[in-house]
Amino acid sequence: MNIHEYQAKEIFRKYGIPIPPGEVASTPEEAEAIARKFGTTVVVKAQVHAGGRGKAGGVKLAKTPEEAKSIASQILKLTIKGLPVLKVLVTPAADIASEAYVGIIVDRASKRAVFMASPAGGIDIEEVAAKTPDKILRHPVDPRYGLQLYEAMQLAFFLYSDMKQVRATAKILQQLYRAFSENGGSLAEINPLVTTPEGEVVALDAKMVIDDNELDRRPDIAALRDESAEDPSEVEARKASLTFIKLDGNVGCVVNGAGLAMATMDLVKYYGGEPANFLDIGGSSNPEKVVAALRIITSDPNVKAILFNIFGGITRTDDVANGIVTAIEQNPLKVPLVIRLTGTNEEIALKILKQHGLSAMTDMDEAVKKAVALATGGKAA
Amino acid sequence: MSVFIDKNTKLLVQGITGRDGSFHTKQMMEYGTAVVAGVTPGKGGQKFEGKVPIFNTVAEAVAKTGANTTVIYVPPPFAADAMMEAADAGVGFIVCITEGVPVLDMTRVYPFVRERGSRLLGPNCPGLISPGQSKVGIIPGHICIPGPVGLVSRSGTLTYEVVFQMTRAKIGQTTCVGIGGDPINGTNFIDCLDAFEKDPATTAVVMIGEIGGTDEQEAARFVREKMKKPVVGFIAGQTAPPGRRMGHAGAIISGSAGTAAEKMQAFEENGVGVAKRPIDVVDLLKGAMR
Repeated sequence: MNIHEYQAKEIFRKYGIPIPPGEVASTPEEAEAIARKFGTTVVVKAQVHAGGRGKAGGVKLAKTPEEAKSIASQILKLTIKGLPVLKVLVTPAADIASEAYVGIIVDRASKRAVFMASPAGGIDIEEVAAKTPDKILRHPVDPRYGLQLYEAMQLAFFLYSDMKQVRATAKILQQLYRAFSENGGSLAEINPLVTTPEGEVVALDAKMVIDDNELDRRPDIAALRDESAEDPSEVEARKASLTFIKLDGNVGCVVNGAGLAMATMDLVKYYGGEPANFLDIGGSSNPEKVVAALRIITSDPNVKAILFNIFGGITRTDDVANGIVTAIEQNPLKVPLVIRLTGTNEEIALKILKQHGLSAMTDMDEAVKKAVALATGGKAA
Repeated sequence: MSVFIDKNTKLLVQGITGRDGSFHTKQMMEYGTAVVAGVTPGKGGQKFEGKVPIFNTVAEAVAKTGANTTVIYVPPPFAADAMMEAADAGVGFIVCITEGVPVLDMTRVYPFVRERGSRLLGPNCPGLISPGQSKVGIIPGHICIPGPVGLVSRSGTLTYEVVFQMTRAKIGQTTCVGIGGDPINGTNFIDCLDAFEKDPATTAVVMIGEIGGTDEQEAARFVREKMKKPVVGFIAGQTAPPGRRMGHAGAIISGSAGTAAEKMQAFEENGVGVAKRPIDVVDLLKGAMR
């Protein structure tokens, strides 16, 4: 789960990380009032779950409260990577002497949380990793002991030589590790971590991603979810316990299992079509899930054909067939439907479909070809 | 022959009285797996289906029944503890089916299990099956037949699809292993490839990967450097957008790393046959085994 910069900053502050003050506005007038209160040049920052905010014009300086108002009004009209900007963070502008990067992620290879520090801050860390890997220091953390002071100092010495700054940074890194591990993070990042002309070390930005699997046991963190910042169809899917990701194509896909769902999308592409979505109805799928899945997919006007690909293992194919029938009775389909199902209770499923004038195929490739042909008006495959 | 499980597997089921645990225990027993014990704290002394003794703790179950393998169906908040309990009780092979285990829990579980000398498969995996011998987990038994091909996969239903296509073409399997879709798992591709290379009954191997991470790339290098047996592979997620988690917690392209294209290229460069579609696995296998 993504959280906003201002939410990540609130968490980091609780752990003692030095962060300049800031307040959130959802109207230009609010932004103006906050800027007036600070009484200094401010930065207005789009709060949206997308990277590259700066490049998209979502981060700007305002010298006066009036300017803060007009800039906030521009930023609140932006859509960054498909997501509308509904909130801005207004924070006093800082004088910057140097910019660094510090972050922590869960690393698959070492199977640990790994710190990364780079004196090349303020820009895309993946670019630094690709172009100048020697400018990044990585350090895996033993989860039993956490980040010890000497480890934090090693990382801090990679960034600064001034002892006051090294000590301040080491403290920030230990605080960041605690914020990360005590809140179920899969990523926590400060980019940039800056030094001011007075020599202070300050976190100017904050980013945190929470492991979805942590949310059940952390209701306070789960409550940070901002549904208005997410795609509405993805919100509905999550409420129905479906995994859904919207794409740009026209073949709607309903599949059980994540791997098979990806393979189905790939096959749509292989046969000349474009998948409209990733949708996994999960293992023990009940008919209601299928109804929700069809409702979400048919709400996308781009969808020209719908493909079901069900391999019944734990999933009972008769459950899926019942779901399809119920969904169509509630809401007749305006686009053609291709059903492929095989496996557990296949005979019962086929009978249910037949009673309602539907049919199913057993071969995945044939079903995908047919769906692509229907979506493209018979031009492809 | 087979890898990890066979006729001598004596299975313990952790969470045997739960909804998923009881359903799949019955399926495993029907398949012929020797289920010797179950664990559900508070239900010690009872019997599952009138046959399998239930214990309060794994240590007690192991001491009384000699279980050498365990399968875990407990809910996510308790799964880490269940894995650690099994390792501490000396169970040599631990299979965790549970989906949704927090990844930070796994950073603690992984070294804990390793230091006690146990092998962990999963979490978030379908388990494994050695057709005709033993099944541990949830892979449908009826789609598998005994034969000479080893299969290892990060997926569940996609594995069934490929196995089903193989079985239809009368290509049987020594063992099908689902390593799971989480970013931190106990057993990886290389562990399985190594086991299949050493298994005299296995003559060829299928590897089914997906986007995210670099396990497949490292496995491909292992094939070239350490294996004599032919390996063919498929990668799911060629059309997956970057930065989005495609269902499995581990199936995410980070920046430009972990794409299907990069994995397929690694396969090609290291002599792993690349299936463009799941069905192509069958023809590639026929060619490789000729």
